[in-house]
Amino acid sequence: MLNYAVKRILIGLATVLAASIVVFAMLEIVPGDPARLMLGMNATEDAVHALQEQMGLNQPLLARYFHWLGGLLTGDLGRSYTYSVPVVDLIVERVAVSLPLALISLVLSTAIALPVALYSASRRGTVADTASMGVAQIGVAIPNFWFALLLVYVFAVTLRLLPAGGFPGWNAGIWQALKALILPSIALALPQAAILARVARSALLDVLGEDYIRTARAKGLSRPGVLYRHALRNALIPILTIVGLQFAFLLAGTIIIENVFYLPGLGRLVFQAITQRDLIVVEGVVMLLVATVILINLVVDLSYAIVDPRLRNRP
Amino acid sequence: MNNFAKSALVGAALALLTSSAAFAARADLVLGIVLEPPHIDPTAGAAAAIDEIVYANIFEGLTRIGPKGEVLPALAESWTLSDDGKTYTFKLHKDVKFHDGTSFDAEDVKFSLDRARGGDSTNAQKGLFAAIDTVEVVDPLTVKVTLKQPSGDFLYNMGWGDAVIVAPESAQTNKEKPIGTGPFKFDSWAKGSQIVISKNAAYWGKPALLDKATFRIIPDPAAATAALLAGDVQAFPVFPSYETIAQFEADPRFKVVIGTTEGETILGMNNKKPPFDNLKVRQAIAHAIDRKALIDGAMFGLGTPIGSFFPPHHPAYIDLTSQTAFDPELSKKLLAEAGHPDGFKTTLKLPPPTYARRGGEIIAAELRDVGIQAEIVPLEWAQWLDQVFKNKDYDMTIVSHTEPNDLNIFARDDYYFNYDNPAFKDLIKQIEATSDDAKRTELYQEAQKILATDVPAAFLFQLPKTGVWDAKIEGLWENGPIQANDLTAVKWAD
Repeated sequence: MLNYAVKRILIGLATVLAASIVVFAMLEIVPGDPARLMLGMNATEDAVHALQEQMGLNQPLLARYFHWLGGLLTGDLGRSYTYSVPVVDLIVERVAVSLPLALISLVLSTAIALPVALYSASRRGTVADTASMGVAQIGVAIPNFWFALLLVYVFAVTLRLLPAGGFPGWNAGIWQALKALILPSIALALPQAAILARVARSALLDVLGEDYIRTARAKGLSRPGVLYRHALRNALIPILTIVGLQFAFLLAGTIIIENVFYLPGLGRLVFQAITQRDLIVVEGVVMLLVATVILINLVVDLSYAIVDPRLRNRP
Repeated sequence: MNNFAKSALVGAALALLTSSAAFAARADLVLGIVLEPPHIDPTAGAAAAIDEIVYANIFEGLTRIGPKGEVLPALAESWTLSDDGKTYTFKLHKDVKFHDGTSFDAEDVKFSLDRARGGDSTNAQKGLFAAIDTVEVVDPLTVKVTLKQPSGDFLYNMGWGDAVIVAPESAQTNKEKPIGTGPFKFDSWAKGSQIVISKNAAYWGKPALLDKATFRIIPDPAAATAALLAGDVQAFPVFPSYETIAQFEADPRFKVVIGTTEGETILGMNNKKPPFDNLKVRQAIAHAIDRKALIDGAMFGLGTPIGSFFPPHHPAYIDLTSQTAFDPELSKKLLAEAGHPDGFKTTLKLPPPTYARRGGEIIAAELRDVGIQAEIVPLEWAQWLDQVFKNKDYDMTIVSHTEPNDLNIFARDDYYFNYDNPAFKDLIKQIEATSDDAKRTELYQEAQKILATDVPAAFLFQLPKTGVWDAKIEGLWENGPIQANDLTAVKWAD
């Protein structure tokens, strides 16, 4: 087990380093100058040069890379070119929105998907199974931003139960903040739940066809007992894989939903930073996301080993 | 439910009603804005979003621009001009304090103007200060500004958001925590979400009527519509969703106010690059464009056609649209005369705004009808500034020039149009040196005619200011003579 864990961690660290080179190099070749963008169409050349100087844009590439990498190792991601505040502060503010949103969505999606999958799998081929998988198929097909707009029109514009968007901040009170996250997390969770339900159902069905399930049944175990004790546990590996992927997506890939609900999340921070060529922010956020995705994969890999004892002894 | 419970409920409901009646004179307002400013120091950035928050609210200059585009006194209560037209003596208001409690005087004016025109200045409109030769402090309430030559634009220029007066103590930190002299002071900024300003109780002039104003950042047009309908936002001074304007017009809860702006939208052409170096080709392109169809298609009918580079609401405006009226036959004829009877292939580079992207598709289709095959190249702003604006690597582009009083860009050396007409340059110099209104009008009109004749760009339409707000709000600007949300006179009707 230790061996397995150490190896996974080393692979993770090497991937982070490789990613830092790719991220930095890729962003450096993006055309566009943040100083010129900031000063606009009426700026004089000397004002643009003065700002480039101020932003430290006229240092050589390698020097900037090592300076940045050195900062990364000490947890200093530099200062935003446009906002001129530490990148870390910007990210922390956004994570305070994106992380709870991702977690709520994930819990919601799993809480919906697993019961549906268990129900469907245990009644394979019945009307109930076909109906619930049909609904799931629709859930997969519906674009989440459209679904989000629908939620806004029903719950915010018509019923006026919840805000149409925005985020008041956690200082405004837990309930106020959570209220702002209800509609976005439903909009995010339902399509994810649909995917997860379908995957979990087929994983369960695969397991339910195995010989040991028949043996367990033959030994007199009840249907639910087999389903929960044997089938679910063995089907968890594909389910965990999807949940891990979904969490990474929910953390970083929610820009469209953030836009519909004008939430100050990580997705919009990256998008805005790219359009303003605030590259140091983009680099910081992308590195954070890379590290998070690698960490999630590591956790998933390690949880495989918990779920499946055979993996523990693999080198 | 027994009677006692019923009457208790009715009583509670009544109490709620009366307490909300007591709050009828609301003093807070949530405004929607489309773009988040990169920072909120108007002396160090061109983003319109900066002035949309701070202009006249937080920061003030010597002069200011009023709702009709007129120059009004601000921190300077009055001024005199010397006989040679070169020296302005400004008399400043007394007992003015910055929001951090430090007092405002002539030294702050000298500091601000010298900083804006200094060697390491990062002022986005450094050109505004180019005419200044010296700034002298006469006494704490008097400043003398001497110009290199007489300038008819000087007082207007000092009213720009980029020319506001800042204090040496806080100039460095204004980007994050702006300290001005205005009727509102900065409260908080939750990045990506909202900026809050609140009433400055110690304001030297007429106090603000609102206690608090929140600028909420909503980039998505559908979200903007939903936010207004749900009541989360009560005003959108520059509403981004043209397609839902009609819906708000039909709704008595809202007021829709379509005003004018300083945004001349043009089809820019690279005047030095063949075939655009040929006047006939440029005329052919202008005649191929149906401005009405363009405004209907790209702007949902909002916008005023223009035939030169001048705002229609300006007293000196003359309508020259007929000079380049929609006439595809004439366009084809001109192309043939220019040696392109079968048209030619070219590119049309488009920045992100809707007017450019939608307008570009319509114009490309119209050009195709006269034989010109324009390939559309969508660009981000950063790419546009780099390729089109700085390196002039383009054939045609669509962009709105939103700065006020910017006729002079066609006289600039090395500007992205690559347009070079000595007679026009000379005219602009004369305008800048003239302060007499009648004479200026005459010169402005002459300049408009030159541009309409030379067609350095095809002039399309003036951008509208599409305001949508709660019908009970009063005092928001109808027009946009500068990009600002002056909240000093805004209040809720009783």
